Amino acid sequence: MRKTHSFTCINCPLSCSLELVEEDGEILEVKGNDCEIGRRYAEEEFRDPRRMVTTTVKVRNGILPLLPVVSTKPIPKPLVKEAVRSLAGVVLEAPVEDGQVIVADILNTGADIVASRRLDRLHSAGND
Amino acid sequence: MHKVRKPDLAVIGAGPAGLGAALAAYEAGLKDVMIIERDVELGGILPQCIHDGFGSIVFKETLTGPQYAQRFIDRVEKTDIEVKLNTMVLDLKPDRSITAVNAREGILEIRPRSLVLAMGCRERTRHQILIPGYRPAGVICAGAAQRDINIEGLLPGRRVVILGSGDIGLIMARRFTLEGAEVEGVYEIMDHPGGLTRNVVQCLHDFDIPLHLSHTVTFIHGRKRVEAVTVSRVGEDLKPVRGTERVVPCDTLVLSVGLIPENELSKKAGVALDPATAGPVVDERMETSVDGIFACGNVMNVFDLVDYVTHTAEVAGRAAAEYVLVGRKREREAPLRVEPGRNVKFVVPQILRGLDREVSFYFRVRHPERAVRPNLVVGEKALAGRRAKMVRPPEMVRVKAGPEELKSLRERGEVRIEVMPDTGGGGEGGEEEGDGAK
Repeated sequence: MRKTHSFTCINCPLSCSLELVEEDGEILEVKGNDCEIGRRYAEEEFRDPRRMVTTTVKVRNGILPLLPVVSTKPIPKPLVKEAVRSLAGVVLEAPVEDGQVIVADILNTGADIVASRRLDRLHSAGND
Repeated sequence: MHKVRKPDLAVIGAGPAGLGAALAAYEAGLKDVMIIERDVELGGILPQCIHDGFGSIVFKETLTGPQYAQRFIDRVEKTDIEVKLNTMVLDLKPDRSITAVNAREGILEIRPRSLVLAMGCRERTRHQILIPGYRPAGVICAGAAQRDINIEGLLPGRRVVILGSGDIGLIMARRFTLEGAEVEGVYEIMDHPGGLTRNVVQCLHDFDIPLHLSHTVTFIHGRKRVEAVTVSRVGEDLKPVRGTERVVPCDTLVLSVGLIPENELSKKAGVALDPATAGPVVDERMETSVDGIFACGNVMNVFDLVDYVTHTAEVAGRAAAEYVLVGRKREREAPLRVEPGRNVKFVVPQILRGLDREVSFYFRVRHPERAVRPNLVVGEKALAGRRAKMVRPPEMVRVKAGPEELKSLRERGEVRIEVMPDTGGGGEGGEEEGDGAK
């Protein structure tokens, strides 16, 4: 069956309104793009859209109660919510180093979730 | 009385602007540099901006806000720049003398040989846009909600309406959704989104959050806690259209309705402000109207990219170092004013005193326009510019001009930045710059 999907290109301020026409998953045509980047973007958004994951995880005895984390590369868009939900259960102990791996290979995507800053231990918490 | 500290440079604010300026001055040879910050740690607003998209121009890669800040914090920690955290500046005088206070040292008197203003900006509140209704809990600015969720671990509400489609509002629509709240919709008074397209797509479309353009909130219901808001369509005059009201039940109204440069201290120091930017009038060195006081970043005008904040900070920091180390002859000639021309809302720097260095002019357009050439124009001659497929008000434009182009500026008449339709052809001017994201 032939279907049309709409996307808004995010690659430059033109923000082209893209239309991708496909039949049973086979891309027939991309319309509305001003350049090649727009065509590639529409194809990626149709075939395998990916997004970076950013959220926070809980930290005990840190100078702040939360640590911001980020994926090392974009993961499939449909998995983002699940990834964030699974990270809601993580509790770490301070200190945490910048770039420290928090969850390796999240949801078997090949992306690691890493700390996006250093988080020092609270002075009053003492050392182990 | 306590001892007066007399550093080479004092920087007020430790966000990306303050950190960048302090580092640039230190690397240019200033030995005694001090950063004064009211918060408990360095980084300014960046630690709470946990999303990615920062740094595509400065670092040629995209980072999260905390990562971008961490790079500068790591560099500062390798220097002997003095950092005063938890320290509030109370007063600033035209001779650059600072009165500050913290709980450990009490009142501090600081008389720096040069000063950089890097206080950033703050959010416009309900009271500045005059929304009628009750005054219940649950009306919160987007940046404050961002701090609650990303730093404090608090969720300000469960059913949220967002007013304003600036980048922070869009980012928070996604953030609330991922944290389990329901975002009923984003309402924008203008007929186009206030934020970057990337954020409209990745924060709203990805999560099926509706964006209602040409709409605003016209009443806030609820005596103790927000219970609902009335939204209305607006006409071309931006006034609500009678009969279009709709009551939307919610427990939280998030406001993303603009940022204001924070210049209370600048005013105390007698720094002249530009009504168009609400920030100091600066020259090509980011020096304000007051001798030895420089400004950079969002205190000057609200940038959309942190990369540009860093650029202005480096210019200000280097210039402060030059001011202390080399001194400066007072110019014999009057400064040149750079006027906003066709389809330009404002330009920084607003004036040129020296013409000896490359200058980046930053400006916003008044309305979207396709196929243009933003240009630095003197008299009738275009000096420096580049083609752009499209310019839009949310995305600041930068035009660079080198000493060669600026050399003969004085003889040629009125200097302005203008956006002209691109008639094709080659000519001066380089490639389009990569687009960053906030």
